[in-house]
Amino acid sequence: MPFELISGSQAVAIAVQRVGVDLVAAYPITPQTAIVETLASIDAKGELGGEFVSVESEYAALAFCKGAAAAGARVFTATSSHGLAYMHEMIHWCSGARLPIVMVNVNRAIGAPWCLDPDQGDSLSQRDTGWLQIYCSSAQEVFDTVLQAFALSEELLLPSMVIYDGFYISHTYEAVDVPEKQIVRRFIGPPVFPAQVKPGSLGNLHGLTTSETQLGLIRRRHEDMLRAPALFDQINDRFAQIFGRRYKVIDSVIPPGSKTVILTVGATAETVRWCLPKLKDIGLIQLRMFRPFPAERLGSLLKAHEVERVVVIDRNCSVGMGGIFAQELRAAIYGMTNPPAVDDLILAGGVDLTVKMLENMLDSRSAESRVGQKWGTDLQ
Amino acid sequence: MKIDELNRESEMIYSGHNACPGCGAALAVRYLTRALGTNLAVVLTASCWSIIAGMPPFTALKCPVLHCPFPSAGSVGSGLKRGLNAKGLQDTTVIVLAGDGGTFDIGLQSLSGAAQRNEDYIFVCYDNEAYMNTGMQSSSATPYGALTNTAPYPLFKEGQKKDIMQIMAAHGIPYAATATVAFPEDMEEKLKKAKEISGFRFIHILSPCPPGWGTESSDTIHLSRLAVATGFFPLYEVRNGVNWKMTVPTDEKRIPLNDYLSGQRRFKKMDEPRRQILQKEIDRDWESLMKRVNNSK
Repeated sequence: MPFELISGSQAVAIAVQRVGVDLVAAYPITPQTAIVETLASIDAKGELGGEFVSVESEYAALAFCKGAAAAGARVFTATSSHGLAYMHEMIHWCSGARLPIVMVNVNRAIGAPWCLDPDQGDSLSQRDTGWLQIYCSSAQEVFDTVLQAFALSEELLLPSMVIYDGFYISHTYEAVDVPEKQIVRRFIGPPVFPAQVKPGSLGNLHGLTTSETQLGLIRRRHEDMLRAPALFDQINDRFAQIFGRRYKVIDSVIPPGSKTVILTVGATAETVRWCLPKLKDIGLIQLRMFRPFPAERLGSLLKAHEVERVVVIDRNCSVGMGGIFAQELRAAIYGMTNPPAVDDLILAGGVDLTVKMLENMLDSRSAESRVGQKWGTDLQ
Repeated sequence: MKIDELNRESEMIYSGHNACPGCGAALAVRYLTRALGTNLAVVLTASCWSIIAGMPPFTALKCPVLHCPFPSAGSVGSGLKRGLNAKGLQDTTVIVLAGDGGTFDIGLQSLSGAAQRNEDYIFVCYDNEAYMNTGMQSSSATPYGALTNTAPYPLFKEGQKKDIMQIMAAHGIPYAATATVAFPEDMEEKLKKAKEISGFRFIHILSPCPPGWGTESSDTIHLSRLAVATGFFPLYEVRNGVNWKMTVPTDEKRIPLNDYLSGQRRFKKMDEPRRQILQKEIDRDWESLMKRVNNSK
């Protein structure tokens, strides 16, 4: 298969071209811009296969997607940081309206003050909006996940957010297997999900309703989203047959006898993976799917390996509470027999993980019974 | 027009909708949809019409209605039209229906973006001159000197009503027009013209609101007529942003604005100096409009 040296963001644009979308709504923001620019250059060559529309804001981009997806069109948009925050109301609406929109978010810190580094607070601020969230750790994974996100969303009728770190993945060039369009077509064909707006028929779509009806709709959305991990596995079975590689909801490298594991997402997981041979008896859990939260699978994995300590690396911070992945993990293991201790290394602001920082974090436990929260800059 | 001349077959609004008696917005939608045929899809942003349309699975309109959040109407309309095109449904006319809040205020950015791209749909603003669905709070379409619940006596609404038609004309869109329910033939003709044009079309309808304005439900048509006769709401159209044309002639000697204001509770406590300020504003806008109309001849 053809390998190309491309950035994570170029990988997104090519994946979108390979899937074949009816419409792209584009608005630039650092560090997402390369996605819309690459899509524009694909369009300029007449190879997009759909319409590329430059709109007036991120809010407009997602509102545009809502209208188009309601007509049954396959749509894509991408954003980052403030752009995602600006979309917030529409993010809720697109999920409530059950529209299978795929959006990429490139993690970047939210102000004030201005900061461009890959804090995850932008996407994690949207965790309760009813979108699937998948965090990627390489350009190849980004390419593949965009293809898979369309398949997931169109089956579940729920929108998906494909997420990766700004700069570390968006701007880093890697060798990516970029299959031709006809091969991708074997994995995902033209959209077949139902149109909501059907001219010639009646339909009062998403109009005012009662709390009881709303409860029923939220419950159905919740239950449908919980189908995502099993569906993700099925989709990857099919994906592996065509492309020869597959992904898991939770990826893990836990050497026998390791009682401590590091749990993280995205590019940070790649850093830890690289460090593992240097670290003694330490395992890695890379959480790929964050919404729905794979609590059962995570619990089983920790139990099976009799993990005693989980060090979570959170490139985010819910101010007043702490790292969000650590909080989600604590909630997931509550009530478990012999639950592992959870320590949290906070790299909010998008601070890069260094080997020294990681070693200090792992060592810090010997002095204290429980570490709790540590700030990355204290461990350098 | 006689009542039995109405073509009820092509009416797109059901009886039993949730509008208040005498609602200008309900009448406006009745007239405008009648002019557009039955192959319609309506985008509805937060406004009185969010309620008038009814609670699903019930509906007040005989076509698909897609509700959307307050600031998003212009963008959702753009996406819907292009999405329908992508699905091979180019013949469907898309109407975006918004109140003055969803047009003049919170919806202005998405409206401007869609107009600038010359998106192929009809944006209809039914202007009842305040946030009426939430109980009459000031918008930038509220006239100077009116009382609202965010400008209660003795505060009065400050600042002039935003001139949305000049803003839309400045986008160079192919068609923009004003209309009122007092002149249904004029409105129907404008919608028919709009339907024949592709690209962005903007219709601004003055929409009397009996509970908000403090008027009798039977006054809606009369008030709409007075709004035209005083020059408060002239009826005209603009092609390509430059070609301005009156469609219902208003006597150069317009009747005094007080004749329009006096029947409305929202202007009841307006003092004489304020009335003169508003009259001057209307006179100035009228002269400016006449210049544009005369320059277009």
